[in-house]
Amino acid sequence: MVEQEGFRRYVAHIILWIGIAIVAFPVYVAFVASTQDNALIANGQMSLLPGGHFFEVYYQTIFVGTSGSTREPVGNMMFNSLVMALAIAIGKIAISIISAYAIVYFRFPFRMAIFWIIFITLMLPVEVRIYPTYKIVADLHMLDSYAGLALPLIASATATLLFRQFFMTVPDELLEASRIDGAGPLRFFWDTLLPLSRTNMAALFVILFILGWNQYLWPLLITTRDDMQTIQIGIRKMMTTNDALTEWPIVMATAVLAMLPPVFVVVAMQKLFVRGLVETEK
Amino acid sequence: MANVTLRNVRKTYSGGFEAIKGVNVDVGDGQFCVLVGPSGCGKSTLLRMVAGLETVTGGEIDIGGKVVNGIEPADRDIAMVFQNYALYPHMSVFNNMAYGLRNRGMPEAEIKTRVEEAARVLELSAMLERKPRQLSGGQRQRVAMGRAIVRQPKVFLFDEPLSNLDAKLRISMRVEIRKLQRRLNVTSIYVTHDQLEAMTLADILVVMNGGQVEQVGNPLAIYEKPATTFVASFIGAPPMNLMSTRQDEIKSQLGGAAGEAGILGIRPEDLVITDQTPSGGVALSLTVDAIERVGAETFVYGSRAQDEQRVAATPGELPPGEVIVRIPGTEAPAIGARIRVAAVRNKLHLFSGDGRTRIEV
Repeated sequence: MVEQEGFRRYVAHIILWIGIAIVAFPVYVAFVASTQDNALIANGQMSLLPGGHFFEVYYQTIFVGTSGSTREPVGNMMFNSLVMALAIAIGKIAISIISAYAIVYFRFPFRMAIFWIIFITLMLPVEVRIYPTYKIVADLHMLDSYAGLALPLIASATATLLFRQFFMTVPDELLEASRIDGAGPLRFFWDTLLPLSRTNMAALFVILFILGWNQYLWPLLITTRDDMQTIQIGIRKMMTTNDALTEWPIVMATAVLAMLPPVFVVVAMQKLFVRGLVETEK
Repeated sequence: MANVTLRNVRKTYSGGFEAIKGVNVDVGDGQFCVLVGPSGCGKSTLLRMVAGLETVTGGEIDIGGKVVNGIEPADRDIAMVFQNYALYPHMSVFNNMAYGLRNRGMPEAEIKTRVEEAARVLELSAMLERKPRQLSGGQRQRVAMGRAIVRQPKVFLFDEPLSNLDAKLRISMRVEIRKLQRRLNVTSIYVTHDQLEAMTLADILVVMNGGQVEQVGNPLAIYEKPATTFVASFIGAPPMNLMSTRQDEIKSQLGGAAGEAGILGIRPEDLVITDQTPSGGVALSLTVDAIERVGAETFVYGSRAQDEQRVAATPGELPPGEVIVRIPGTEAPAIGARIRVAAVRNKLHLFSGDGRTRIEV
């Protein structure tokens, strides 16, 4: 049996390695392409080993941008994306934890009706209500602004539901003990509920940050100025050139750069993230 | 220091369910009052009403001469120990105890003194920096007690604080709680469904059933003179044997004086295996069905010869006609043997036919 287990483990590992290779290869190619000379790529003579233009390509990408299509430094695009992703993630968490608190811990008229309305918005993502949302944002003069990028995406039924479920697992006695200890509603929220929700918030932050970072359709509609565009839009625009050669090394470098912040967030918060998904702290 | 007085307290839920049907209890200053009853009898609800966690829909709750019906829990000057302890999981032991004091704006130096004093009394001094999840059940229990003590409240409220502990720890914590309460001399109300806990802790015992008080009094007085068949069978283990006096055998032994149709109760410990019938007492013939030896004593389960009604009593009910006899030591009759047991007259309890009234024999 021992041999067989060893054998099985080899098979499992081989399959996993194949899977990793399939996923990682395009990323590797993108990285390699970002270090090559553009002419080489255009000729179809790209080598599978990194070339010698790493520093020069990345310097140009981050601080200068393409010479043809957008001419916007990718550093700036990344900043725009970062602001939007952070605003969406933090905003969503803040709003949904507060609304979940209201729904779980307070008895007010139409509480359940409000809960169901929030629930129903799950079925109306931005893509479905894109025209009215655009109209409102335009009327509020928020086109080409950070507020316009982030605000419409902040209200979140999913996060509200998640916090609601979590709050319902918190024993009532904690609330009662707080009441006897002289903590009002705000104190209870701040001193007890927030610290207990820490891991849930971390898990949500990771998910929401990536969601915000990867937004495409909404920023595409709402931003027209080059200096307001996000990195996802930037990549797309760089590839479209009229008569010049697409500057592939820069496009690829941008793609690699676009992957870094989500990876960083996941790695940095992995511990909390996994705990938030698995652990049920009482 | 305070009295707690409940005057005709009622609780009706919005659905119309009446959980508490008019309760009157008077707990004197420094007394230890235990509310005992089967689950669903309303004892926890009543305690939570005293704490202010449940609204009072009728009557008055008076703590230290002040009606507290509309007052927030934090302002009633009470402290409560919960069944699941309800410690703040993210706070250290020290902060758990200090939280209530900080919320009251007490200076940090004073908080430190009080918490350290409580920790010393409860032997928690070495654990002040730990989180609740790093503590054992008994230690958590003591932290919960500590949180109540540091407040120096007028009244302690305990909601089944020992039911999550194992049997051994429960007994030692029971003694601890009693000692602590004696020393601090703080009025306490304690809820439990364990009649042994109730008997050993209480100065005043309140036996509840179905949202009503069945009997209030000194535990031993209640044991000796239960007011209803419910109290008779709830207080004391194993439960009191109850049988209908309609049955001719008993009726003839008691004579007509004790009432026509009634319920006779005899505690298992008051029955003796003997062939004689004490004058004025009662003798029964039993067939032995089962024997339980617990060491110091033995329980004999027998069924009455003409096994008829053993009258219905709610908790711990025995099958009709079954009688438990408690005898010292391990000597016991064989299973299947026929024995005669008897009880003397002043150990008999007689109740009216509905079990609601005690009749003095």
